[in-house]
Amino acid sequence: MSTSTPRTLFEKVWQQHVVTEPAGEPTILYIDLQLVHEVTSPQAFEGLRLSGRPLRHPERHVATVDHNVPTTSIADRLVIADQIANAQVGALRKNCADFGIELFDVQDADQGIVHMIGPELGLTKPGMTVVCGDSHTSTHGAFGALAFGIGTSEVEHVMATQTLPQSKAKSFLIQVEGGPNGSLPAGVTAKDIILDIIGRIGTDGATGCVIEYSGSAIRALSMEGRMTVCNMSIEAGARAGMIAPDDTTFAYLNGRRYAPKGAAWDQAVAHWRSLATDPGAAYGRELHIDATRLAPSVTWGTSPGMVTSIDSSVPTLDQARSEADQKSFARAYEYMGIRPGTPIQEIKVDAVFLGSCTNGRIEDLRAAAKVVNGYHVAGAVRAMVVPGSQAVKRQAEAEGLDRIFKSAGFEWREPGCSMCLGMNPDILSPGERCASTSNRNFEGRQGRGGRTHLLSPAMAAAAAITGHFTDVRSWNFKS
Amino acid sequence: MQPINILTSIAAPLPLPNIDTDQIIPKQFLKRIERTGYEDFLFYDWRRIQDGPDAGKPDPTFVLNKPEFSGAQILLAERNFGCGSSREHAAWAIAQFGFRAVIAPSFADIFFSNAGKNGIILAALSEAEVQTLIERCTANPKHRITVNLEAQTVSDEQGFQAGFPMDPFRKHCLLNGLDDIGLTLLHEDKLNAYESQRQNAFWLDPKPLNA
Repeated sequence: MSTSTPRTLFEKVWQQHVVTEPAGEPTILYIDLQLVHEVTSPQAFEGLRLSGRPLRHPERHVATVDHNVPTTSIADRLVIADQIANAQVGALRKNCADFGIELFDVQDADQGIVHMIGPELGLTKPGMTVVCGDSHTSTHGAFGALAFGIGTSEVEHVMATQTLPQSKAKSFLIQVEGGPNGSLPAGVTAKDIILDIIGRIGTDGATGCVIEYSGSAIRALSMEGRMTVCNMSIEAGARAGMIAPDDTTFAYLNGRRYAPKGAAWDQAVAHWRSLATDPGAAYGRELHIDATRLAPSVTWGTSPGMVTSIDSSVPTLDQARSEADQKSFARAYEYMGIRPGTPIQEIKVDAVFLGSCTNGRIEDLRAAAKVVNGYHVAGAVRAMVVPGSQAVKRQAEAEGLDRIFKSAGFEWREPGCSMCLGMNPDILSPGERCASTSNRNFEGRQGRGGRTHLLSPAMAAAAAITGHFTDVRSWNFKS
Repeated sequence: MQPINILTSIAAPLPLPNIDTDQIIPKQFLKRIERTGYEDFLFYDWRRIQDGPDAGKPDPTFVLNKPEFSGAQILLAERNFGCGSSREHAAWAIAQFGFRAVIAPSFADIFFSNAGKNGIILAALSEAEVQTLIERCTANPKHRITVNLEAQTVSDEQGFQAGFPMDPFRKHCLLNGLDDIGLTLLHEDKLNAYESQRQNAFWLDPKPLNA
């Protein structure tokens, strides 16, 4: 291929990682970094042992514990009461020791959700390929990395070969244009952008595609916001989401532990700048979104695509786009205990969860604390904040955010995945309704029978205070 | 991995779109460190009565609890089957329960990959074709479907015949029960060459020495 052919960000990263393209087989793609956690790795390590294969590049693997650890206290995490969970964490410790992988354990100052610590430590960098046995690996695409979730057999494959056989995905450009300087309407966040996209294209709208997000509204987002957008690419069915690295990316990375330093930094930045999509490069598909028309979003059903704006109502059956959607709507009304046509703001909540790899970053906690400041959680609402990482927790405490949350009646927890998927003790009871900043509202996701509504941190905070979904655009901020 | 080619079986219809991996295998079973023993956890919550006095007991209305569908090796579902979490436990549970093929209009990407590594044929047919099969199997649980991997066809004894797409390499691996890792390591010379050619590209190292 001529070097003058305009290429997309995805094509450039892809081509730089092609090990070989054997005839009649998928491309063998090099993987720069594999992130490891306790849940999807034990069978992969066991596979290596059974086959007698070494782990090829321990220095390209980093592990942490996040999915099943309790968030109540360090003591509860060091020895987990749930013996099966404890054994799983124990297996990770032994596996990391046996195979020479750096592990950020529960008591470590750098522990956190796997998709939080990669960026925080500067492990995730533009132009890399990043995988993890977790679908929200798409988060790392915010740096211009090609990052995607894989299954446990593939985790073992990467451990043994540092590669994956891959068929090249299609490219899908989603351009999001904001107001002046890419600004979003008041109260609208990165979470609302991605929920709107999923609502438009559906949960299989980007199957087989790598999405590249661009446009003034994306450029204006912080790295935290970009990670929120890329994180939920998988909820649109995409293999990955990517954003071209720019000055915002470099400012975030500069000085992080594993970012290059000195002259090497300048050399790296020069390389990273070359990754942006060339003018004139073609995408398989394009979608253009006018972000100035967006409003804060809330999901009403049991799929992230069942989403509407705070000022509207639960859609009726005749608003479903197909017969299959009608069937899903009917099932969702029943599961969610919700009537079609109900104004979203009339729906009361029992629980509020602030956290996850989608919205557990410092900017998310700041946005929520700003709403909470000076108020108290409504009546019987159970509200908790689970910072995404120890670094976020420390930063929030340094800023006094923990005091704002605690004095408002929120619980302030230790970092982990927590109620996003309820593998640890943080779960909903059957019938309990939760305003959650996480990424999935599937049946039983946060606990059997639990009812999840996805929304932004500020919107979740407002719901905690009033006890029902509330339009943050008309919030009376006391700070 | 068990080789597979031609499969003839009754089929269990699960006529819903967007069946996610949280439904296929709920989170509480992801704490195990074993690769086997997931068959009893397949669709765990859907197989049980959720509330009332009989909560927790098998739900007789759920297709996998109906004796007439017992032994089905083919699962029929609507579009976007296997969306959500990357948990390979979903593919393990489906295979260990006894299914060797899933027929649906479309599959989510990660599940698609996981299924291939566990000897499960995923046959994507058109919406209309899948509906035909769902109707026939619902009306007559004894209705048998044949999935032919070599020919990439799905057929039945009432003249139904449809083709499905299949990547030739994936087909080759399924037909022969091949281990992907061993196949990649056949290219180890290329891998070594690639690694040595880019050894100065420190910006691609998670922990570069100049950090």
